Amino acid sequence: MAFDKMKLRDIEVWDGNFAAAQAMRQCQIDVVSAYPITPSTPIVEGYAKFLADGYVEGEFVMVESEHAAMSGCIGAAGAGGRVATATSSQGFALMVETLYQASGMRLPIVLNVVNRALAAPLNVNGDHSDMYLGRDSGWIQFDAYCPQDAYDLNFIAFRVAEDHDVRLPAMVHQDGFMTSHTAQGVHTMDDDTAYSFVGEFKPMNDMLDFEHPVTHGVQTEEDWHFEHKARQHNDLMTKVFPKIEAAFDDFEKLTGRRYNLVEKYDLDDADVVVVCMGTSVETAREVALEMREKGIKAGVLGLRVIRPFPFFQIQEALKGIKAIAALDRSSPNGAPGMLFNELAGCLFNTDTNAMLSGYVYGLGGRDLTKRHLTDLYVELQANVDAGKITTPLQQFIGVRGPKLAFL
Amino acid sequence: MLEIRWHSRAGQGAVTGAKGLADVISTTGKHVQAFAFYGSAKRGAAMTAYNRVDDKMIMNHEKYMEPDYVFVIDPALVYTSDVTINHKDTTKYIITTHMTTDQLIASQPKLKGKEVYTLDCIQIAQDTIGRPIPNTPMLGAFMKVSGMYDMEFFKKSMQRILAKLPQKIIDANMIAIQRAYDEVK
Repeated sequence: MAFDKMKLRDIEVWDGNFAAAQAMRQCQIDVVSAYPITPSTPIVEGYAKFLADGYVEGEFVMVESEHAAMSGCIGAAGAGGRVATATSSQGFALMVETLYQASGMRLPIVLNVVNRALAAPLNVNGDHSDMYLGRDSGWIQFDAYCPQDAYDLNFIAFRVAEDHDVRLPAMVHQDGFMTSHTAQGVHTMDDDTAYSFVGEFKPMNDMLDFEHPVTHGVQTEEDWHFEHKARQHNDLMTKVFPKIEAAFDDFEKLTGRRYNLVEKYDLDDADVVVVCMGTSVETAREVALEMREKGIKAGVLGLRVIRPFPFFQIQEALKGIKAIAALDRSSPNGAPGMLFNELAGCLFNTDTNAMLSGYVYGLGGRDLTKRHLTDLYVELQANVDAGKITTPLQQFIGVRGPKLAFL
Repeated sequence: MLEIRWHSRAGQGAVTGAKGLADVISTTGKHVQAFAFYGSAKRGAAMTAYNRVDDKMIMNHEKYMEPDYVFVIDPALVYTSDVTINHKDTTKYIITTHMTTDQLIASQPKLKGKEVYTLDCIQIAQDTIGRPIPNTPMLGAFMKVSGMYDMEFFKKSMQRILAKLPQKIIDANMIAIQRAYDEVK
């Protein structure tokens, strides 16, 4: 190989951005086409530096916008290379058109999305608005709760996306600043071990294979469009989970670190459960343990995979739970929250008696404190004790001014 | 759980200092977290950075903190920011100032009755490194006040963390750390 290896300590103190950049180096990405935006910029800067310093054999393409960045990734992936980039917020929004191209053309690109609020008003801090914007785009979506996850999930994303039975692009999400700029201990793999997990890139229908000419990006009207979309949805619904679970199993064998489609914490005997994503999962875990010391049987369910949506796994995990809070870190703008709706869909045709309430929190990086979560568990327990939901179905956590509640 | 809040101006190196401290502590087997509030991140704007240290995995990602230590690395922030916000009875303060501890407390009554240590990190950095970057001197002072590690181990660790800088700058930082250790009162 025509590049240098980097010696890493077993535990490095990295923020989520640097963890993702290191994973991209170890995966030996062929092409990164990127346009910088806070808070994701250090990921592609990191890759560019590794490339310039001779630690990667690849190409960095500087472009004029995020739309062009993803377009460059699509071209490179179509040509037949391992491709990745990173973005956030407005950049992600500008990429949206091309996201659908990437998934529809079945190109296994990995996009690191450092979650950030969407303007207006302009805000660089972390919430899940951009993540939610991508949820119908046909991409696989992984969610990291801390820098370690951001590192590990990049390898898993490449393994799954590039599988010839999958051939779908994947996003790895991490919370802007709360993960991306927060340094914590990250257990590393050495370069050879890390690369062995993703393996050499195996092209499929690559345009640079002149022996077997192919066409990418075709037009289909009502004659074939629906069949293509249905097949893409079918593969997301049936083929992706077994591949993700196999990747999680292999990753555990390699590193000892276990990931699951849904992460269940103390759910077996829980009465009250918070369902959330990102860094909030870990904070809620800590609070749930404290609630148990106070006699409230609290648990946490974290989504590790957002798309495809782990419908049956969530249904199973929430069996027997008495009160559930769905926490959405994105303004639903005139509807219940996404997570509230998805959970309601999971639970509706079952014999559950669970009480489901929705909470909107943390917009624009507003802190979700342990105090907020303690009050939330107490409120859920009050619902259990009363045998009915004692509050409106949609409430806001941590917003100033008169209490807002709807539904 | 040990928790530290840094008061700084953007560009004075609080984030680098917080991450460097986390890196040193991590090598001793403890779990660490270092983060900051960036705001609009204009150079010179008041900002805060944070450290958490624990024997077990740190799952708490809230930004709210009741710190065990408060580091103030810019002398004016004692007057323009509330450096005592969310304090505990046991919170210790290490503050950079050209004044004595008594003079400082007299000038900022909020510090009355609190455990306050002072030194002039800015002057130390100017004298040794040649630039007013007060982060490494603050860490030297912290080693003295907390007794966390012996200086040989700490300086060796900091040499590794600063390794990408020119040797002259690394050496100057070592002198700055030692001076801060010796001068904090």
